[in-house]
Amino acid sequence: MAEVEESSKPLFAGLSDISISEDIPVEGDISVPVSSQNADNDLSTLDEPVKDTILRDLRAVGQKFVHVMYPKKSSALLRDWDLWGPLLLCVTLALMLQGGSADSEEDGRPQFAEVFVIIWFGSVIITLNSKLLGGTISFFQSLCVLGYCILPLTVAMIVCRIVLLGGTGGVSFAVRLVVVTASFGWSTFASTAFLADSQPANRKALVVYPVFLFYFVIGWMILTFSTSQ
Amino acid sequence: MASPDDLQFQEFEEAADLLSSNPGAATLSISSPSVAAASSGEVKVDLSDDEDNQQESSELLAGEKQTGGFWTFEYYQSFFNVDTVQVLDRIKGSVMPLPGRNFVKHNIRSNPDLYGPFWICVTLVFSVAISGNLSTFLSEMGDTDYHYRPEFHRVSIAAVAVFLYAWLVPLGVWGFLTWRQSVERQISGYTFLETVCVYGYSLFIYIPTSILWTIPLYWLQWLLIVIAMVISGSVLVLTFWPAVRDDTKLTAFTTMAVIVSLHALLAVGCKLYFFQTATYTGSSHSGQQITPASNHTALNVGKHQ
Repeated sequence: MAEVEESSKPLFAGLSDISISEDIPVEGDISVPVSSQNADNDLSTLDEPVKDTILRDLRAVGQKFVHVMYPKKSSALLRDWDLWGPLLLCVTLALMLQGGSADSEEDGRPQFAEVFVIIWFGSVIITLNSKLLGGTISFFQSLCVLGYCILPLTVAMIVCRIVLLGGTGGVSFAVRLVVVTASFGWSTFASTAFLADSQPANRKALVVYPVFLFYFVIGWMILTFSTSQ
Repeated sequence: MASPDDLQFQEFEEAADLLSSNPGAATLSISSPSVAAASSGEVKVDLSDDEDNQQESSELLAGEKQTGGFWTFEYYQSFFNVDTVQVLDRIKGSVMPLPGRNFVKHNIRSNPDLYGPFWICVTLVFSVAISGNLSTFLSEMGDTDYHYRPEFHRVSIAAVAVFLYAWLVPLGVWGFLTWRQSVERQISGYTFLETVCVYGYSLFIYIPTSILWTIPLYWLQWLLIVIAMVISGSVLVLTFWPAVRDDTKLTAFTTMAVIVSLHALLAVGCKLYFFQTATYTGSSHSGQQITPASNHTALNVGKHQ
């Protein structure tokens, strides 16, 4: 048998010298420690009440909102990316830009689909752009950051709608302009704080400019929103 | 970096291929290709021969750079191989065309990128739509009947127009130049990417022009159109003239005329559609308001009868 082994496995020629004879007792117990903890965890997330599951995700989303509002270069946003927050913000923004009035064809307002497409395709194109220019951030991390940084603009949209309840004169326009400009600056600053580190040094401006354009267009959509009279 | 000796060696092989296809030509073993061309007596002795050979060798170099097939990510990454400084240089070159400075040879230098054309087109789409909206608003501000509308559908129209122009016209120009190049060997064509690059960067001047178009002075708007068309048209003319001047006079001038007129069509079309003057929007606006009223009166008249 050893000869057969030798001829069939020339690579392991040295090993064929070692033989386990019957005089050396080899015995013992081979036992794989059953990780009952994993099984317990799996059972527990299936068994836990739905409220706990939802609250856990909501808490993660809320924590990322806090990171966006006070951007301090932490990597939590990048590490545990999720797309719930961007979806929530995008749908909220698109719904608020509708106005819910009947004469939507006359007004030329952006349709729900247009807002949705601009936000999601815009984020995808900016992410592809940064990856093509040699960025090291992953695709979904970048989508997550860009989506979460729409939060200041959504807050501005809520403020604008409240201001519009008071009237549509020059004062309200000035207030809305200031609010939208401030939140646009905040969004751009927050997203560059998260994204800038992953770009090569001599191409940072090439990556930041599309982000600037993206938030500028969303800001313009918010600023030009007006309720019908 | 290839040393000049390598380039010389490749040129010699090219000349050897030419001579081998013409067995009747004199076979002189001289390394400079212009002398060999003169001795064969069929190719025109041209001062732009060096340019042609540089063009061919740069095309060869560009061909070697593209790694992988078109389904890999690295293939597309090779088109974004530019730095901020390079993009700014190319934009500056498109805004200040100097006679004798070919945009492709001077600025692009066998490193065509897709970053510039794509983002300039996107910026142009939004700047035209937003400025058009602003100019309509400013010209109608005194009208009390006017209710501001964002007119967001214009973004889609602007996007279709600009992207069709920036991608289909270079395709047509490149196809035409390549066809002429296969018919007559003197013509040095450009690669498709270089054509797209030239067209994309030449559109840059329209971005500040469209922002300045919001000023509601009629003569200023037309003056701006003329200036923008002259600048970006001259970039295109300076780029494509060396490629077609060796052709017959008729073809050369026709090609130049078509390129310039398409460019003018884009500019004037954008101006007329997005930046309608007060009279146009006034009539269309009041027309929209009058028509339901006239339908109403017609119905009333019908009922009374």
